[in-house]
Amino acid sequence: MSEELYDVRLTVNGVAHDVRVPARRLLSDALRHDLGLTGTHVGCEHGVCGACTVLVDGRPARSCLMFAVSAVDSSITTVEGLTRDDGTLGPVQQAFAECHGLQCGFCTPGFLTTITAGLADHPSPTEDDAREMVAGNLCRCTGYTNIVKSVLRAAALRDGRRTPSPGTEESET
Amino acid sequence: MSTRLFGESVQRVEDQRFLRGEGRYVDDVLVGTTGRDMLHAAVLRSPHAHARIVDIDVSGVLDLDGVHLVWTHDDLDGPMAEPLPLLIPHPSLTHGRTQYALAKDEVNYVGEAIAFVVADDRYVAEDAVGRIRVQYEFLPPVVGIAAARAAEHLVHDDVPGNVGARLEQENGDARAAIAAAPHTLSLDLTVERSASTPLEGRGTVARWDPDIGRLTVWTSTQTSTGVRAALAAKLGLDLGRVDVVTPDVGGGFGVKINHPWPEELLVPAAARLLGRVVKFTEDRREHFISSAHERGQVHHVEVGFDDEGRVLGLNVEFWHDHGAYTPYGLITPIVTSTQLLGPYKPGAYRVVFESLYTNTVMVTPYRGAGRPQGCFVMERTMDAIAAALGKDRTEVRAVNFIQPDEFPYDQGLIFQDGRELEYDSGDYPASLQRLKDLVGWDDFPKLREEMAREGRTVGIGLACYVEGTGVGPYEGAHVHIETSGKVKVATGLTTQGQGHATVFAQVVADVLGVPFEDVDVVTGDTRRMPYAVGTFASRSAVMSGSAVHLAALRAREKVLRIAADALEASEEDLEIVDGVVSVKGAPGSGASIDLRTVAVLSNPLRYAFDEASQAATQFSVGDPGKPPVAEDDEPGLEGRDFYSPQRSTYASGMHAVIVETDPETAEIKILKYAVVHDCGRLINPMIVEGQIQGGVAQGVGGALYERMAYDESGQLLNASFMDFLMPYVTEVPERIDIDHLETPSPLNPLGVKGAGEAGVIPSAAVFASAIEDAEGPSHPGLVITAMPISPSELFHLRQVHTEESR
Ligand code: FES
Ligand code: FES
Repeated sequence: MSEELYDVRLTVNGVAHDVRVPARRLLSDALRHDLGLTGTHVGCEHGVCGACTVLVDGRPARSCLMFAVSAVDSSITTVEGLTRDDGTLGPVQQAFAECHGLQCGFCTPGFLTTITAGLADHPSPTEDDAREMVAGNLCRCTGYTNIVKSVLRAAALRDGRRTPSPGTEESET
Repeated sequence: MSTRLFGESVQRVEDQRFLRGEGRYVDDVLVGTTGRDMLHAAVLRSPHAHARIVDIDVSGVLDLDGVHLVWTHDDLDGPMAEPLPLLIPHPSLTHGRTQYALAKDEVNYVGEAIAFVVADDRYVAEDAVGRIRVQYEFLPPVVGIAAARAAEHLVHDDVPGNVGARLEQENGDARAAIAAAPHTLSLDLTVERSASTPLEGRGTVARWDPDIGRLTVWTSTQTSTGVRAALAAKLGLDLGRVDVVTPDVGGGFGVKINHPWPEELLVPAAARLLGRVVKFTEDRREHFISSAHERGQVHHVEVGFDDEGRVLGLNVEFWHDHGAYTPYGLITPIVTSTQLLGPYKPGAYRVVFESLYTNTVMVTPYRGAGRPQGCFVMERTMDAIAAALGKDRTEVRAVNFIQPDEFPYDQGLIFQDGRELEYDSGDYPASLQRLKDLVGWDDFPKLREEMAREGRTVGIGLACYVEGTGVGPYEGAHVHIETSGKVKVATGLTTQGQGHATVFAQVVADVLGVPFEDVDVVTGDTRRMPYAVGTFASRSAVMSGSAVHLAALRAREKVLRIAADALEASEEDLEIVDGVVSVKGAPGSGASIDLRTVAVLSNPLRYAFDEASQAATQFSVGDPGKPPVAEDDEPGLEGRDFYSPQRSTYASGMHAVIVETDPETAEIKILKYAVVHDCGRLINPMIVEGQIQGGVAQGVGGALYERMAYDESGQLLNASFMDFLMPYVTEVPERIDIDHLETPSPLNPLGVKGAGEAGVIPSAAVFASAIEDAEGPSHPGLVITAMPISPSELFHLRQVHTEESR
C-alpha cells in the first residue's frame, strides 16, 4: 500500500520548487523537509504557538495548519525571505538584534513573519498595537518585553529606510 | 585592557544566524544533503496510567510500505534491556526506580514508551504505530499526593507506601524552639504541577559511520557529555567512538537535563542497525505526556516567633510528587528543603520530606527546581507572621535577614550538591530598601485609597529568595589562537538561548586583548571538549565563564612567553591590544608582534603551508642547542583549564508586585512589577535582564495560569497549547522595573553568580502576597494557601470566606 503522490509547484521567497508530496503532507513539513527551508519552526502542530507562521500572499498563515497541496497557487514568504538580497537583515530582523528580542530563537521566525505583515498594515504602531500584533504567538524565553520593543524599533527602522522589506513588498502589491 | 567588554550590553553574535532562519536545531540536522536518506521514528505510548502489558502484537506493522523496524522490550538485549540509569543516587532514596527504554511488563503513566517504529517518514511511522495492538490488564492508578500518601494502591508493588525517599535535616532543636516561642502558627500550603515547556521539544538524530565505526548523535539536551556516557554504556560502544553534538536548542528550562530519554538510546541503536540516519522529533502532545513535569508539592509548616516577628523555630514537613520514576534522584525536594530558608536565619530549623510515587509523568527540575515552592512556603509564613502581629510585611522580613557582616553564613544544612549550605555574600537589607523604593512600598496606602475611591481593589506583595547557583563539580574550556589570529573557544556545557557564544567571547576578548569579532565559541560538542557536566542550576556563567577565563589566561601566558622571546623583552613589560603584542606604553615603537605570528612561532614546523608559516620552519627558527619544543611545553598556542569550586555561590533577589482584583469577576491584573536582583558582577546586563524578563513571564504563568490537569484515572486533560495556558504577551506585565545590586562572589575569578532561574523563583509567593493584600479590605482574613490561582478559584475562595465569616 503506498500513498498517492501529487506533483506540486511551491513558490517560496520568489523561487519555484517542484515537489512530489502526499495529500496529507503539511506545508510546514514540505518547507522544512522537502525544500530544506528549516527556518520555519514547528512548536505545536496545532495552530496555537505561531512558530510556523509564514506569509501566504503576504498574509500570515500557520503552515502547520495548511497542506502543501493547498499552497500551489500562492506566493509564500518564509523567514529566509526576510533577509535583503545583499545579505543584510531586514528591518524586523535588525530590530530584534538591536532589542534582544530573542533568546533561543525557536519562536523567532514566526514573530518575524507576523510582524512583517503587521507593520505593512500598521506602519506606525503604538505600544498597544505592537502588543496586539504579537498577541497570537508564544515565546517561552523572552517574556515578550523585548519583542514589543522590537516591533516599535522595526517600525522606526522601516520609516527611516523607506525601502520596504521583501515581505512587505509582496503584501503591498 | 583598554576596551573592556565585561559588563557591556554587547549584541548577541548568535542572533545573526537565528534571525536569518539559519539556526540549526535538532530537527534541522542533515535535512537537505542526506535528508532523502533519513528515516524517522515514532513511538507507541501507553494510553493508560497503570496497567500490566499482557501482549503486544506487532504483526502487520512491517507489511506497511516504508516501515523498516519495529521494537518492543523483547527486541532489546544487554544493557539496553535494563532500566535506564538512576542519574543521581542518594542514600535516602531507598526505593529509586527508573523506566525501561521500552516498557517491560508494566506501564506506570500515560505516555510511557512501549514500542518504537522506524519508517521512511514520520507520517508512515505513525501509521505503523497505529497498527500495533496491545492487550492490557488494568491496575488502579495512583494520582495526586493524597492518593499516594493514602497508599491504598501502590505504583510499584515493591515500594511500600509509595515512598521513594524520606529525608530529614535539622539545625538546632526546632520543635523545642517552637514550643518555647511566645507566638506560634501553622500553615498548609500547596503548589500545583507545571512544566518547563520549551517551544522546541526533545529530539535526537543519529548517524552511524560504518567506515570508521563511529556514532554521531545530535540531541536537544542540556548535557552532551551525560548523553555520551550513557550511550556508550547502553550500546556497548567505546566512549571514543561516540560523539554527541548539541545543536541549537529551542529552550530547555530544566527538562532537557534529564537523560538519556528512551529515544536518545533507541534512535542511535536503530541508526547503527539499519546503517541509515534516523531522526526522532517529539511532538507537542508527546512533550506533555512523555518528558517531565515539576512543582507538585504539599507542605505543612509550624513556626514559633517573638513579638518582633523573629523566627525562633521553623518545622516544615512536605510531600513531593515525583511521578512514576526517579531518574533525577532527590534534587528538587532537596532544593526546596534547603533554599526555603532564603535570606533568613531562623533560630532553629527542621525539615523533612517524603518523595512519593504516582502514576503520572515523572518529575525532574524545571527552572527554579524546587525553589519556587520553598520560597512560597517561607514567604507565606513571613506574611502570616506579619498578619498575626499586625506588622508591615517588610519589617518582619528585615528582622529575620542575615546581615551583610555575617558572610560567609553557614545555614548548617547540606545542599543539593552534597556541600554545606554556606552563603558566600549578599546584602539583603540593601536589596529590600531598593525594592521598596522601586515599587513605591511606602506610598502604596495612598494608591490604595485613591483606587478605592474609584471602586477598584489593589494589593501589593513582596517575596525574597536566595538561590544557590553555579553548582559543581566542574566545567572546562579550551582556547586556541589559530595562525589566522582568530580565537576558537570550546566549553562543554550546552546552550539553550542564554547567549553563551556572546558572553564567553566577551570574557576571552578581554583576557587576550583581541577584537570581540575574532572570538568564536562552541558549546556542547564532545568532539571539542569531552569533559563537561551540563547546563542547569544557573551555572553556566559561573562555571564555564570562570573556566573560559582561566583557559584564556593560560593562552595569554604562552602568548607573552613567545612574544617576549621574539621581542627580546620581558613578559611583564608586554601588553596585548587589538591582537598585537607590544611593550607597554610604547605602542607603535616598532617592538611589536601580532598574534598571528605568535601562533605561527608556537608550532615549530617542518613544512610551511603559506608564506607566514615559513617563519616557523626548521631553518628559520629555534636554538640548535635546544629541542624545538621544550620538555615542559607543547606545540600550538592553546590554553586549557578547568574550574571546580568548593561550593555554590548564592545569588539573591526580591520581587514586588501591585495587582488589581476585580470585585465582581475576580479577574487579576498586574499593575506594576519590580525586581531587585543580585547575581554578583554582570558580564552582559542586556542578557541578564532578558533572563529576568523571561523568568518573570514564566513565573506569572506558574502563579496564575499553568497547571497539569490530571483526572483521577491519570489522563492529562490539558496536554496541548490550547488547554495548558502558557502566557502570551497579553498575560505578562507591560513593564518590569529592574534594579541590580552587585555583590561580587568571592568564590570565582569573575565575581559572578548565576542568573538564569532567578526570575521565576518568587512568583507564586509574590502574587499570593499581593492578591491576599488586595482582598484584605473586602474579605478580611482571606488567606491564599494554594497556587496557581485562577480568577474562578479566587472567586470561589471569596464565596467560601464569606460563608465562613457569616
Ligand atoms: S507549529 Fe504551527 S502554530 Fe504551533
Ligand atoms: S526565544 Fe525561545 S521561545 Fe522565544
